Amino acid sequence: MKKLVALMMAIAMLLSVASAVAEEAITLKIAHIGPTTGAAALYGLATLHGAEVAVEEVNAAGGKYKIELINEDDEHNVEKVINAYNAALDAGAQMILGSTTSKPCEAAGAQGYVDRVFFLTPSASSTAVIEDKDNVFQICFTDPNQGKASAQYIAEHKLGTKVAVIYNNADVYSTGIRDTFVEEGKALGLEIVSETTFTDETTDFTVQVADAQNAGAEIVFLPIYYTPASLILKTAADKAFKPIFFGVDGMDGILSVEGFDTSLAEGVMLLTPFVATSTDEKVVNFVTKYQAAYNEIPIQFAADAYDGIYILIAAAEKAGITSDMSAEEACDLLIAAIQEITVDGITGSMTWDASGAVTKTPMAATIVNGEYVFE
Amino acid sequence: MKMTKAKRNKLIYNIVTFALVIGAFLILQSMIANKTITRSLKGQLVPICCWIVMAVSLNLVIGISGELSLGHAGFMSVGAYTGAVVSGLLINVYDIQDATLRLVVAIVAGGLLSGIVGALIGIPVLRLRGDYLAIVTLAFGEIIRNLVNVLYIGTGDGRLYASFLNKKLPEGVTMLVDGAKGAVKIKPISTFTAGFILVLITLVVVLNLVNSRAGRAIKACRDNRIAAESMGVNVTKYKMMAFVTAAVLAGMAGALYGLNSSTVVPTQFTFNQSINVLVFVVLGGLGNVLGSVISATLLTILPEMLRAFADYRMLVYAVVLILVMIFTNNPTILSFMKRLIAPFKRKDVTGGDAQ
Repeated sequence: MKKLVALMMAIAMLLSVASAVAEEAITLKIAHIGPTTGAAALYGLATLHGAEVAVEEVNAAGGKYKIELINEDDEHNVEKVINAYNAALDAGAQMILGSTTSKPCEAAGAQGYVDRVFFLTPSASSTAVIEDKDNVFQICFTDPNQGKASAQYIAEHKLGTKVAVIYNNADVYSTGIRDTFVEEGKALGLEIVSETTFTDETTDFTVQVADAQNAGAEIVFLPIYYTPASLILKTAADKAFKPIFFGVDGMDGILSVEGFDTSLAEGVMLLTPFVATSTDEKVVNFVTKYQAAYNEIPIQFAADAYDGIYILIAAAEKAGITSDMSAEEACDLLIAAIQEITVDGITGSMTWDASGAVTKTPMAATIVNGEYVFE
Repeated sequence: MKMTKAKRNKLIYNIVTFALVIGAFLILQSMIANKTITRSLKGQLVPICCWIVMAVSLNLVIGISGELSLGHAGFMSVGAYTGAVVSGLLINVYDIQDATLRLVVAIVAGGLLSGIVGALIGIPVLRLRGDYLAIVTLAFGEIIRNLVNVLYIGTGDGRLYASFLNKKLPEGVTMLVDGAKGAVKIKPISTFTAGFILVLITLVVVLNLVNSRAGRAIKACRDNRIAAESMGVNVTKYKMMAFVTAAVLAGMAGALYGLNSSTVVPTQFTFNQSINVLVFVVLGGLGNVLGSVISATLLTILPEMLRAFADYRMLVYAVVLILVMIFTNNPTILSFMKRLIAPFKRKDVTGGDAQ
């Protein structure tokens, strides 16, 4: 009897040791780099919060991987992002989720290319971010792809042929989308009847809207962020100008602008891979958790970063990354791994090729009764 | 040779300045060699050199010649863009692979162009009395930023292409400056040694100028314009000398700064950046070159040291700035500090007398 008990105890102990070994999670050190202070803090905080929600989920689930999230602020500044990047590596980061905005990501990615550090950016969308580097991958569409996809959508769905474009010519994102939109639009037989610009300091859009109106535009394409877009919608409403307004992912968030009459946004169309009001199970889960933690509705940037954490885990699993690997050792393994995986995230089903650009289907939503509706 | 006390003090001041800079360079170089330096500090070395040159050169305008310049970042951007274009031209068109040669040519070109721009601004404005220079340099900084926003430069088939307002460059051109996207695809070639040499050149130029006959004339114009004029000092000429020298140095710093990164954007050189340099100068002490060197270094490193405070970082940074300003200007604290160092000082003086 005693022997039996001893044997059982021994087996039990052995099992518990074995299970402990199996359960010992691999810790991935992921650094989020983005502007959490300064003028672009809205976007940096969104990606940080999105990533935090995912990290909490992963760590609470207690799976094979545990994540230690390091956050470094780059102030949306090309000089400071290098400091943030270096500080992240000093803190032991193995891979980087960032940078949130295009120009800083371009600078840090180039440094990472020399040092061999893997970058996955949630929202830096310019082509320069991934050009000439094998270490940077995007979750969002590149700007030219957005411009192209918008022109194709407008032409395919025959929304109109006379198009006005209002864009921010001091902004990389805006000019990038505008360039390919105009190019592709002309090829598809769209007529650009009016093209006007503004800069970050502009608060009055009377001239731009009047120009579009006088040119008889049927569609006004707005490759801009939602704050100026809200002012443009207001100005157009005052002038009784009612074309179809067509935006891109920067338009996402227009319904949450404070003091903005959302009825003005009725009928606005936008290309976006993520809408917070979707009834998809994964999206609802994310939005609920995000709202509980930060008391606001997540924008697309947050969703991209949330997906980013899961993409990094999937790539790390494929590549066999362990806790003690350095960023340099992990880089090439991750580059190979991310090209082999498909991730079904809340912003769509994504795959990557060696260029670093993501492949996923763009979706156009229309604002109806203050909510996004997919066609 | 017998020295007057003022002369000896100046010599000591200069020796201390150079000793500090060279000492810091040697310590950092040995840290790099031993690999004991953190990535974070190593990455900041070249920007620190650039900001030192910026602060010292602005001090020449504000502290020594007594004119207020609010567009110093504008000169820096002229240098940064020139540096990026020249370096790109040398490698793409003339196929010069030697990084040091490209860096030197780019820095010289950046300084020259910035100096020409400085002279163009200075000729009409420095003839006027009052705060016109502040207003004009303020406008200049903004104009430069908006001009480079619509500037397109590229190289292709052994030629340099440039376009203004619209991107009308032929197909297949390698872009060097791409409008709002800034200077792109720069091959970073700046090194800490180059930065150190630039700081040394700046110190030699500025300290020599300040302690020369011309420097005394510049200070005379600052202290009392009418008295200086009545002594036969050509006020405009000497003010120009200080202003253009500062512009050249800022242009050189800009070229070094631009070539340290893979990309440069117009939004880096805003009015805020000019004010940032002004803060270095004011905190270091107007007219105090060593003070500018120290404050530019500390205030560049400080925000990085405060990363541990995360979101409260810039708040803490502001508080530190205010505290430094209070401490360096409070008479009680100053007299307390004086009393603290008095015993050592007295010994020094008696030692000096005995010689």
